[in-house]
Amino acid sequence: MNRRSRLHVPRVPARPGEAPDFSYVDLSPAGAVARPDVNARARDISFLAVELVRVLDDNGEALGPWHPHLDVHELQLGLRHMLLTRVFDDRMQRTQRQGRISFYMRSLGEEAVSVAQAMALRPGDMLFPSYRNQGVNIVRGRPLVDLMCQLLSNTRDMCKGRQLPVMYHWVAGNIFSISGNLATQFPQAVGWAMAAAIKGEDHIAASWIGEGSSAEADFHHALLFASVYQAPVILNVVNNQWAISTFQGFAGGEQRSFAARGPGYGIAGIRVDGNDFLAVYAVTQWAAERARTGAGPTLIELVTYRASAHSTSDDPARYRPKDDFDRWPLGDPIARLKQHLIRLGEWSEQRHLALSAELEELVAANWKEAVTYGMLNEGPRLNPDLMFDDVFKELPPHLQRQREQMRAEIAKKD
Amino acid sequence: MPQMNMIQALNSAMDIMLTRDPSVVLMGEDIGYFGGVFRTTEGLQRKHGEHRVLDTPIAEGGIIAAAIGMGVNGLRPVAEIQFADYIYPGFDQIVSELARLRFRTAGDFFAPVTIRTPCGGGIRGGQTHSQSPEGIFTHVCGVKVAMPSNPYDAKGMLIASIEDDDPVLFFEPKRLYNGPFDGDPNKPAVPWSTHPKGEVPDGYYTVPLGKADIVRPGNDLTIVTYGTMTFVAAAAAAAMGLDAEVIDLRSMVPLDVDTICTSVKKTGRCVVAHEATRFSGFGAELVALIQEECFWNLEAPIQRVAGWDTPYPHAFEWEYFPGQARVTTALKAVMESA
Repeated sequence: MNRRSRLHVPRVPARPGEAPDFSYVDLSPAGAVARPDVNARARDISFLAVELVRVLDDNGEALGPWHPHLDVHELQLGLRHMLLTRVFDDRMQRTQRQGRISFYMRSLGEEAVSVAQAMALRPGDMLFPSYRNQGVNIVRGRPLVDLMCQLLSNTRDMCKGRQLPVMYHWVAGNIFSISGNLATQFPQAVGWAMAAAIKGEDHIAASWIGEGSSAEADFHHALLFASVYQAPVILNVVNNQWAISTFQGFAGGEQRSFAARGPGYGIAGIRVDGNDFLAVYAVTQWAAERARTGAGPTLIELVTYRASAHSTSDDPARYRPKDDFDRWPLGDPIARLKQHLIRLGEWSEQRHLALSAELEELVAANWKEAVTYGMLNEGPRLNPDLMFDDVFKELPPHLQRQREQMRAEIAKKD
Repeated sequence: MPQMNMIQALNSAMDIMLTRDPSVVLMGEDIGYFGGVFRTTEGLQRKHGEHRVLDTPIAEGGIIAAAIGMGVNGLRPVAEIQFADYIYPGFDQIVSELARLRFRTAGDFFAPVTIRTPCGGGIRGGQTHSQSPEGIFTHVCGVKVAMPSNPYDAKGMLIASIEDDDPVLFFEPKRLYNGPFDGDPNKPAVPWSTHPKGEVPDGYYTVPLGKADIVRPGNDLTIVTYGTMTFVAAAAAAAMGLDAEVIDLRSMVPLDVDTICTSVKKTGRCVVAHEATRFSGFGAELVALIQEECFWNLEAPIQRVAGWDTPYPHAFEWEYFPGQARVTTALKAVMESA
């Protein structure tokens, strides 16, 4: 037999026109994975990086040791936050199609990630989100009009017109700025957590990146520094299978799970059903307690599916089957929590419809207010002078001169 | 007045800031127990504890990213990059993150990080331990860029950098760590104790960024320079008997345009000198700026002195280094013209 070296090129299981195939996703039955003590040593719990923690089964029943036994009102609140995220996303997507905003990114199908995780953390914990984590703003009670003003780059934009839509930040809500350069926030979150430990505070940090950008060096720096200093941080890889058109196999997901990078660095890695609100909540709570009690960092891989296009500039019909999400084995996070609540006798189709209608109205009312503060090319505008502010704390002489030049240019045009 | 070399002066600056401000932390490769490969942080971990003087993994991108996160969480990190040649793995975190955090958040978030790094050649460092990449960072909006040329300035400027709420890239010309250097490697080394700028107060003081130092006033021509070339250029002019006004910029961002232009308007002649490579170097910005502001006062074309546009070669260090011969050629050209 002629043995030779070979080049392996990862291949997507199904392309447009082919039948979706998710046989590559390793699943565990709901309730089947053990829940170790929060102080367990990372080396003793490496099975968590291989299995898939699930609480809700296909019938909406909550099973097993990870069942967080949340109060019904918490569950209903989680459902509301996820639904509001989706309604907001849908409305902003339409707004982009109408040409009112330049760009948008939905989190369709991934709402449980941001919502359950933010709910499981404390308000003083610092969040370093990626661009598909709008749900953390919803959970922390940010007025929708604030988010919309950022999308519109209008006179109330928190970024003063400097950032692409969805790159929000919120000091009061302890939500860090979204960069737009991927993965950079991951090691920054570790530094933030190290500082919390140096100062002797018990706040922890949490950060999110996609499985695609886990290929960046920043991901590895984050894990390394988290491991070396045992920083109180939760590092989340949102494995939604797709990085624009690049399948997760190209980020190294074919050979081992992303969670398994954790044990490789000597930190706990845990793989969770990202569309199971209860499982995501329970795993985050477990990781937060580890961090807060000095047991160290945790890498969580949230297995989910990017049901939407990457952004309003993307067309996934060109690279994946149209009915992919319909066949996704972990379903829809909103439908699953809704099913669970109905099973508990704490929700109904009617209440769901009523809530949807209420949230549609809420979003519409906020939009109506947001546009009164201006749109990108219509209505009140920010003063262009602002572009020279905040480059440095004080405006240096060369920027003062350039600001004068720009003013003169504008005056000539008018 | 105590005598210090540049390493002792930098050490004193960090010691004082660690003592004065509980939010100051140091981090970097080999800086803790060992005290740094150039001994700049010697004794500081023992005195201030391993939570405040942190040894780090060999990951410059991680060091700078972690420093940013610490800065956002209220600390004032001073990160050492062991050699300026090693700064590139952290380039994205500097350019895309550190420099622009204040801008992209409209002032809501910022990270007051100082990045210290030894730069420049003349120590047989070859092409990976000799670079002067400061010009690259002057092209980035949102970071300050500084390089002291003597112990007194080094201490005062480092304290000013640590206290600055903007990020500062602080380049330390390592050929000057132990003494001034006129460009001739065959002369016996001169210690800082023989130089007035080796007199350094023990206590707290600052030398502000953005204020150039007229090292030597003069009327024949203006030499605009910084770092190691401050001494090389001054020595070359003195050897020619020229009454040169030598300006040590101290910081490139912010730049003290007034001091430069006042001098060039007075002398009418100008040589710009740095050790970094020539093409698209910071000297090009200086020349452009001076001709915009002082064109009608110029008696001769402005001359540039710089390293050749090659990597820094190990075996041909002194053929590469912009020593007195190269400065002299430029001085002659600028003095002989019309």
